[in-house]
Amino acid sequence: MRTIHDIHGGVHPPERKELSQPGRLSDAPLPAHLVLPLRQHLGVPAAPCVVVGDTVLGGQQIAEAQGPMSVPVHAPTSGSIVAIESRPIAHASGLEDHCIVLETDGQDQWVTCVGTADWRAEHPVTLVERVKDAGIAGMGGAGFPTAVKLAPRPTRNIETLLINGTECEPYITADDTLMQCHADELVEGAQILAHIVSADAVLIGIEDNKPDAITRIAAAIERSGADIELATFPTKYPSGGEKQIIEILTGQQVPSGGIPADIGLVCVNPGTAVAAKRAIVDGKPLTHRIVTLTGESLSTPQNVTACLGTPITWLMAHAGLSAAPQQRIIHGGPMMGFAVSDLEAPITKITNCLLAPTVTELPLPEPAKPCIRCGHCAEACPASLLPQQLYWYARAKDQEQLAEHRLFDCIECGACAYVCPSQIPLVQYYRAAKGQIRDSEQEKRRSDNSRERFEARQARLEAGAAAREAKRAARKAAAADKAAEGGFDPIQAAIERAKARKTEQDQGADREPAQ
Amino acid sequence: MSLLKVTSPHVAGQSRVSSVMRDVLLATIPGVVVLTAYFGPGTLVNIVFGGLIAVACEYAVTAWRGRDPRVAISDLSILVTSTLLCIALPPYAPWWLIVIGVLTAVLLGKQVFGGLGYNPFNPAMVGYVVLLISFPVQMSAWAPPRGLTDVPGLGETLRHLFAPGTIDAVTAATPLDLLRQNTGLLFDDLMSSRAELGGWGGVGWVQANIAFLVGGIWLLYRKTFTWHAPLAMLGALSLCALIGYDGGSSESGGSALFHLFSGATMFAAFFIITDPVSSAVSNRGRLIFGALIGALVYLIRVLGNYPDAVAFAVLILNFCAPFIDHYTQPKVYGTRNKDV
Amino acid sequence: MVALLTDQPLLAALSALLGLGAVFGALLGFAAIRFRVEGNPISEQINALLPQTQCGQCGYPGCRPYSEAIADGDTINKCPPGGEETIQALADLLDVEPQPLDAEHGTEKEPVVAWIREAECIGCTKCIQACPVDAILGAAKVMHTVIADECTGCDLCIEPCPVDCIDLIPRKSGIGFWHWPLPEDRAPRFDVIATDGTARDAA
Repeated sequence: MRTIHDIHGGVHPPERKELSQPGRLSDAPLPAHLVLPLRQHLGVPAAPCVVVGDTVLGGQQIAEAQGPMSVPVHAPTSGSIVAIESRPIAHASGLEDHCIVLETDGQDQWVTCVGTADWRAEHPVTLVERVKDAGIAGMGGAGFPTAVKLAPRPTRNIETLLINGTECEPYITADDTLMQCHADELVEGAQILAHIVSADAVLIGIEDNKPDAITRIAAAIERSGADIELATFPTKYPSGGEKQIIEILTGQQVPSGGIPADIGLVCVNPGTAVAAKRAIVDGKPLTHRIVTLTGESLSTPQNVTACLGTPITWLMAHAGLSAAPQQRIIHGGPMMGFAVSDLEAPITKITNCLLAPTVTELPLPEPAKPCIRCGHCAEACPASLLPQQLYWYARAKDQEQLAEHRLFDCIECGACAYVCPSQIPLVQYYRAAKGQIRDSEQEKRRSDNSRERFEARQARLEAGAAAREAKRAARKAAAADKAAEGGFDPIQAAIERAKARKTEQDQGADREPAQ
Repeated sequence: MSLLKVTSPHVAGQSRVSSVMRDVLLATIPGVVVLTAYFGPGTLVNIVFGGLIAVACEYAVTAWRGRDPRVAISDLSILVTSTLLCIALPPYAPWWLIVIGVLTAVLLGKQVFGGLGYNPFNPAMVGYVVLLISFPVQMSAWAPPRGLTDVPGLGETLRHLFAPGTIDAVTAATPLDLLRQNTGLLFDDLMSSRAELGGWGGVGWVQANIAFLVGGIWLLYRKTFTWHAPLAMLGALSLCALIGYDGGSSESGGSALFHLFSGATMFAAFFIITDPVSSAVSNRGRLIFGALIGALVYLIRVLGNYPDAVAFAVLILNFCAPFIDHYTQPKVYGTRNKDV
Repeated sequence: MVALLTDQPLLAALSALLGLGAVFGALLGFAAIRFRVEGNPISEQINALLPQTQCGQCGYPGCRPYSEAIADGDTINKCPPGGEETIQALADLLDVEPQPLDAEHGTEKEPVVAWIREAECIGCTKCIQACPVDAILGAAKVMHTVIADECTGCDLCIEPCPVDCIDLIPRKSGIGFWHWPLPEDRAPRFDVIATDGTARDAA
């Protein structure tokens, strides 16, 4: 039996999981248009490899990865490309980004998918290529390119592949539903990923508020005959953070500034594992995902498998949204999700939930009061930070102290803001401070670079001027030497040449009067 | 339909500033009841009177500063400050003492720094210390407990408050006073020599301390604060008292029980040093904060000029709190094997 | 002598203090010469904080001359590209009070880079000679182009261009440069986007 450890802090917000009926999955209807952002992952956006007017089939690559930190995009269904332009996307800023707009033809014709059932015979490097070509990015919410995560690290062995089935945020049941409905695919996917990273063990961690998922996964493991460990642990938010689940299941902490591979672990979302299995075994790229549609403003909250690029408004209509005059639609969960500013924005690889609460269900936030320094935030913080001090330093824009108090170790889980009696939006301060620090560092690099270029240019100009000066001095010295020898004086000779030419011209002019 | 743009988290816990403050006020009830039972309605009348002054002052100042005064009053923090101050003051103090004390606490202790959350010092203790230093006579005029003399009724209390010159003040020394003034008597003999000492801690004082302890334990149960600061203070105070007990000689600093249940010890441990705004931030810091206050309280009581030392000890440690904070940062996740 | 001093305590005190003063003064003077640091290192530190646009808006021909002027006592609020952040950093370094940006020297604008409209460029190289960081690629009669990553937005190339074909475009726009803003004090925590859910209809 594995020892289950505990993380520091954590909170217990009301779970509300049963609202979206986890375990029941249906397909979302196909919308008329799909809007596919070129960046649905962390890193460099993909570049389109189709043009407006092209007809595409389902599964066809429509945007190519640009370098290692990039992920390609595939058409979820057949149709034609009607636009490649800036469109509103689901982002906290409310800004637009480049998207490929696909008009669906309803035929859902697909390219021929070629997979390999005997993946054990394949070299891990080939399998990683296939994972990248299938457009797989972390589907838990961060969108980290999975191929990069799986790339072997020369310095450290991977001991365990961990499937993070925690889904600790309230309301979200997408992973729970996936684990119940696609348990066998998940188990095979886990084995494939373990083979790729040459892990010695496979561990699936599930929170104890998902008894059905636990049963189904246990049965699937049994059926597969694989040596996979299933570990369950008490429900607490934010146990599902990568660093937190590792601490809970292994007692070790991921070193600050490091990644789980530094302590021999690779941690993957269940959706990503299933996508990897489908890419390798079925040859299918990542084109659909399970999204939880929930909240009391919906008449039929549910989990659906939807095409990537489906507009949010389409899914909200499908779930029967009866909007209040002022409505919140939250992309993600109530603790870490952001409010969507345009319902035409599409769902992407990282959309795990769309939450449409009423004001009675989730009251609007109250105006913030001054901080009373009660310290509840520090007790709740899973990273053992001092959120209070981070708050004061973020307000003061004191970058040195923020670094000393380890601002970048904050996982932005929101537990501190949840417990704050003064209702201060603490996480927004930290996000803003992180953004400012990154910005200043970039500006510093730029200005250091400019200074070097400026000084190089100054040096070049001075060197050029000095060289010219030296040449002039050398010529002058040479002329002086020549004159001193009593011989040829070039300046005098030049003056005489000029005089001679002038007299010639005058004589010429005399002979030929003006014409 | 318009879309609302809100920042995460979109769900909030239950605790609010006003509920924390309300819990503190409720927790003072046992102590106030006991004080009234033993010393008469003086403290209660002071609390009401002081509370009115405090609310009026806070309302006026917040409005003058351009903030919403109703928001400032509604979080109940100023009522907590005035209540704690008035509990600490002598029960039959004249009205002007209370007014000066409360105004000092509100203005100098809180508003001048920016209001709630910005004061580096405990506002009630600021008010108390200003009064103690400016009006030492009035501040040492404590009442004798019931049983020794009749305690005043409500009417007489109000006359003490508003017309202080017209009534003969009946004052008595506190147990801590008596300890300081002791010359020659062994500690145990001292405790049984005077009726008001009741054998070991002082009639009325012991019961009041127990009542405040009960209130404090309730607040711990409600998770209003953590156990670190109170336990550290009481522990340090007991330890110092044990060391200084000196076998109970006439030079004795008093027994541990005496120190724990006399004076304002329990009141301080659970209501004064736990003021979050002016104390240390981390739990380790609070241990140090509480322990140093306990040690200082003992030292000032035994070696200093003033009989009770809580206010000075608290203010000194308020000065030190940022320094303690700097050196007691918790070990952040992922830094176990690194030098922070 | 000693008798004189003991008889006149005032004289003794005066001579003692004068003697000590002379000794320590000599020591300090010697140290000031013997351990003198060459150059003025504070101006290096100041230069490190300036944004290096080399635009001249501060009135000095570049960032290094301004940093040397500040080291000699000039005010720190003359740099518009650096803006408030630079003024604050300089105030922290020099332990002086930060002042608001001197409007005489310009206002803080968003960062820009130059962009040449190639259709109109005549290849005269005047902008190339003007650029303080060699951010323009080109030669006589050959197309000129600005290397955006190297351009500081100093706008020294705008004037010399005889056909006025250089624009200044914002450098930090778009989703790649967005970050969360700091919440404002006492502001409501939400605002309403008054659309019917589709920004494109409103546009």
